Amino acid sequence: MTTLLTVPPSLDDASFESLLQPLSELPDDARVLLDARHARWASPYGLIGLLTLAQARGNRPQFYPPEDANTASYWARAGFFRHAERLMEFLRPAPRSRTGDSNFFLEITPITKTEDVHGVVQHIQERSKAIMETLGFPPSSSMGFSVVMSESCQNIIEHAGGPGWVAVQTYDWQKRLGRRVVVIAVSDSGLGFRQSLEQRHARNTSDRWDDGAALEAAVLRATSRFSDPGRGQGLAGIRKYMGRWDAKLTVRSGTARIGIMPAWEEDQRALVEQLPHFAGAQYQMIIPQAVSP
Amino acid sequence: MLTPIPLDLRTALSLAECDLYSNLVTRSTGRAVRGQLESMLSEMQGHRLAVLDFSHVGMLDFSCADEIVAQLLLRFGAGLPATAPAPEPPSYFMFRGLAEAHLEALEPVLERHGLALVSEAADGTTQLVGVVDTDEASVWQLVVRSGGGAVEAIASFADTLRIDLHARLVALARRRLVIQTAAGFHPLRHH
Repeated sequence: MTTLLTVPPSLDDASFESLLQPLSELPDDARVLLDARHARWASPYGLIGLLTLAQARGNRPQFYPPEDANTASYWARAGFFRHAERLMEFLRPAPRSRTGDSNFFLEITPITKTEDVHGVVQHIQERSKAIMETLGFPPSSSMGFSVVMSESCQNIIEHAGGPGWVAVQTYDWQKRLGRRVVVIAVSDSGLGFRQSLEQRHARNTSDRWDDGAALEAAVLRATSRFSDPGRGQGLAGIRKYMGRWDAKLTVRSGTARIGIMPAWEEDQRALVEQLPHFAGAQYQMIIPQAVSP
Repeated sequence: MLTPIPLDLRTALSLAECDLYSNLVTRSTGRAVRGQLESMLSEMQGHRLAVLDFSHVGMLDFSCADEIVAQLLLRFGAGLPATAPAPEPPSYFMFRGLAEAHLEALEPVLERHGLALVSEAADGTTQLVGVVDTDEASVWQLVVRSGGGAVEAIASFADTLRIDLHARLVALARRRLVIQTAAGFHPLRHH
């Protein structure tokens, strides 16, 4: 039997959860059909989330691409179909695109080895001044943007133990925030934080230990699975830059999500638990345009 | 006086089979580059003063800063307590061409390990970067100002001294921030 999972019309980090609830109740090798025919919009998080979902399955999910020509063309320009074809069984052909989308500073890119991180950094470095200028930050901040990309991508290599994806896009968030934003999404189908940190945490067995606790340890306290105090600095550094840029960082792993919330999102809960289980770790960073003093 | 040995990080990067890249990013790249630097250092005899040149490095991330700079300093004894035996012969490191963007990655890394280093600017002036207390900073300045030598000679450059200068100098030498020889204590300097 095949379970139908309907991709929401607007696919972002919040609506992506609606796919995970039914999925978490299925065995790994159950047949799944991802139906994106009615999808109209997708964030980088949503798109690479679908790829991660397919990667995490025991068998290739079936897939209906979006029916809307503009949506399908956009997904093609983001590089989604090119990668999805290797992970999903397409039930209808999808358009191919040879030209990128100018809103994508980095189209969907696989991260499986160190060289991929160098490739991403090289690509982003050439554009990071434009990215930060778009947001009203001085050109000197472009190096920090590249460091954020480097550290978030290499977490996949160093800790996930599985492949991952990254994408960077800009949006005009006039309605939601009245400003332009740049969104970085990074996702992997690896171990996840709890399993990665478990061995080290096992020394303190009296403490609570679950996905939420693991995220708090890694994101808030820069705990690493290595005892070397030099480890765990990547996430600490990312947090520092997010704070400097009034940006929002969320990290989801297993059944929990933790957020470092800026003032414009302070009504959001920092730690959300009891989410449906999902493999690996998913990061989203939203950097808004700077507000003139 | 030690002859400084320049170590170009771009060269180390290319020797570490990373010659396609101009950025010092990722932990595995950092490990490979440090391996090359250690190999270069092993060919030097006696007291060693290595000058690590960042002038041609585009970008440095936290992981690479930790693997290259912090781990190199730690392996050569900069982080050991004063009572622990230090590696012999001692090696000293001076850092050149560190831009503001490099320091953004480097400073938190040094802080995390409680380390400090000597950075040389283009005009030849030097400054401390990392974790140093006020007394350490003022004694280090004294060594730089005096040009180094015996403890008494260095002390003569101080207006007042309320500390055990010899002990402070030994501690700075253990942190690899000044050079200790039979003749006294000397600044890390490129001539």
